Amino acid sequence: MIAARAKSTRLWDGLSLSHKRVLWAWTFLAIPILFYSVIRFWPTLQAIALSFTNWSLMRPASFVGLENYTRLVQDPLFWQVFRNTFLYLIIGTPISLLLSFAIAYYLDRVQFMHGLIRAIYFLPFLTTAAAMAWVWRWFYQPVPIGVINGFLTWVGLPQQPFLRSTVQALPAVLAPAVWAGLGFQIIIFIAGLRAIPTSYYEAARIDGVSEFTILRRITLPLLKPTIVFLVVFSSISFLRIFDQVYNINFNDPGGPLNTTKPLVMMIYQTAFKSFDMGYAAAQTVVLFAILLVVSLIQLRVLKDR
Amino acid sequence: MRLRKMLAGLAFGVSVLAANAAAAVEIEYWQYVFETRVKAMDQLIQKFQAANPGITIKHTTFPYAEYQTKVASAVTAGQGPDVVQLFYGWVDGFVAGKLIQPLPKDAFPHDKIEADFFPIVKAMQRGGEYYGLPTAVRSLALFYNKKIFEAAGLDPNKPPQTLEAFLAAAQKTVKRDSAGNIISEGFTLDMAGQDHQWWREVLIRQNGGVPYTDNDRKVAYDSDAGLKALTFYTDLQTKHKVGLTGFMDEGQAAFKGGLAAMTIDGTFRLGAFASIKSFEWGVTELPADAKGMRSNYASYFANAITSKVQGEKLEASKKFLAYISSPEAMELWLQVVGELPARRAAAMTEKNLTNPIYGPFLKGLEYAHTTMFVDEAAQRQTAIDMVNRVLLQNQDPKASLAEAAKAEQAIIDRATK
Repeated sequence: MIAARAKSTRLWDGLSLSHKRVLWAWTFLAIPILFYSVIRFWPTLQAIALSFTNWSLMRPASFVGLENYTRLVQDPLFWQVFRNTFLYLIIGTPISLLLSFAIAYYLDRVQFMHGLIRAIYFLPFLTTAAAMAWVWRWFYQPVPIGVINGFLTWVGLPQQPFLRSTVQALPAVLAPAVWAGLGFQIIIFIAGLRAIPTSYYEAARIDGVSEFTILRRITLPLLKPTIVFLVVFSSISFLRIFDQVYNINFNDPGGPLNTTKPLVMMIYQTAFKSFDMGYAAAQTVVLFAILLVVSLIQLRVLKDR
Repeated sequence: MRLRKMLAGLAFGVSVLAANAAAAVEIEYWQYVFETRVKAMDQLIQKFQAANPGITIKHTTFPYAEYQTKVASAVTAGQGPDVVQLFYGWVDGFVAGKLIQPLPKDAFPHDKIEADFFPIVKAMQRGGEYYGLPTAVRSLALFYNKKIFEAAGLDPNKPPQTLEAFLAAAQKTVKRDSAGNIISEGFTLDMAGQDHQWWREVLIRQNGGVPYTDNDRKVAYDSDAGLKALTFYTDLQTKHKVGLTGFMDEGQAAFKGGLAAMTIDGTFRLGAFASIKSFEWGVTELPADAKGMRSNYASYFANAITSKVQGEKLEASKKFLAYISSPEAMELWLQVVGELPARRAAAMTEKNLTNPIYGPFLKGLEYAHTTMFVDEAAQRQTAIDMVNRVLLQNQDPKASLAEAAKAEQAIIDRATK
């Protein structure tokens, strides 16, 4: 026993400092790596395997080859949902980034009640998406309940159907989602803006450069890492949008007529409402592929040359 | 001497303990969380255990959203409940997945079941075997706001009895602002609520059709009757403008808020409406057609024995299942939960039939139909979408109906493949 310990101590002492450092690092990394492989990667692989079976909760799985994928390609609902998911992405990401940058840009210059204003913008980010969706659902109601329609009729405009329209529903669902994410993006943008050395601005001003040129030539280029991070981050969150959609139209989630249904919700309904696990797994693999491709494209496009 | 007495006493004690251990069986009962249901079941278990000292029941509940998943995964793994509650519409899945076993005929003879229970219990039968028995059943009725009726000059004690009178009452009670926006509905339009059942099992039949044939495996509503039923429903919003889908989000919310004169809902809503303080409401049977023909939709949760149960646990489970579907249990269930007894004799008592609230629901049970859903959520969605296509996209009702029939048939075919 003692001999063994002595031997192991000798082994440890025999290592060089850099070796020890590497060993320590791996010891600490082992826990998250183990966690990730068991909780994340293993189920991911399993889901991929499942997507080639017809497993439903009630009957055992049997291998069906690519049947789930061919079914997916032929499913009009899938293409509708695919379109919705990308609408969330291509409307949501630019709008939320433009808004949050504009707010951060001007908020950065405001001294008066700066903290309070920032807190007000940040507050929605802390609110549960579900609770917020329920409140917005009531905002969008027709009169006499809905605040927005109440205002519209008060100024003499016709009521809008909002969530009860196949055209307006998606933007109506997106609005609270953008609003909720704004606070976080503003904070990150402000941090990015503050990190730019003031000496650059001073030099530019001494040279008499216009504010717009400063923005275009100094601020934006130096903010690039921040922008890259936020684009990737918010794209992924819009591609995975779920709670807002699910809760804002609780009785017909993703409706009306599937016009607000994102891919994640289709997966959820296939798996946990219809218990069609194999088909749901195939949808999950497709979502995974989309997220991967979108992230890779963004990283490449926005990479420093 | 003393030692011998002590030894004898000890031996006796040990033998009693052993005998008790042999007789004590614990079985597990699962249902989903619904406050009054859990309370009622706790009371039933207490009474059952007092009458059967050798059996203890472990009562486990889960939120509704994850209930089915939990049952399926637990039973497949050979664990979980011995006696389990399930919605009648899940039977196909549960039988196919071998989660539940046929009720033993010695304890539950078929002729007794068919004689004592309402005919809708047939929905628990597959291949000549019964797979479960309900404690309580639910049916639909028309709820109406007496205050609004009175204000509109209608007799609050004479609710509409025919579809014609129903439409007239809705037209009289609806209120609109100067721009024509509805501010209080005559009738709530909520396909995601109970309206799809009303359309499917009541309106189609009243128009001379049937929703399905072949044990509900063939969609049959893509017909003249189906079209008439659909246009009757959508006309309420588009032509008569007595209601608006999405008004106050849900039909029941509008009614509860006092902003709807009439709504169609089930027995399970009685608890929520009981808390209404600002107005008096009444219940009446679903309106009859011009010839006086009525129909209704009934549904229920049944209790079944899971497939892994055998031996003494099976005996205990049989006793427990028999108890919770006994007239005594149904009586208690009606008082605590407000759901109707599933046995004809326990339900159709003079006292229940004359009850102004239970009466109309009970009468509905006599002529009720029960849809054999294969995937209730998905099939309901086809009906919701069908109405939405007409109301939101101005699609021709005939085309929308055909599309719905095709989509629903595909769901049924896939599930029964």
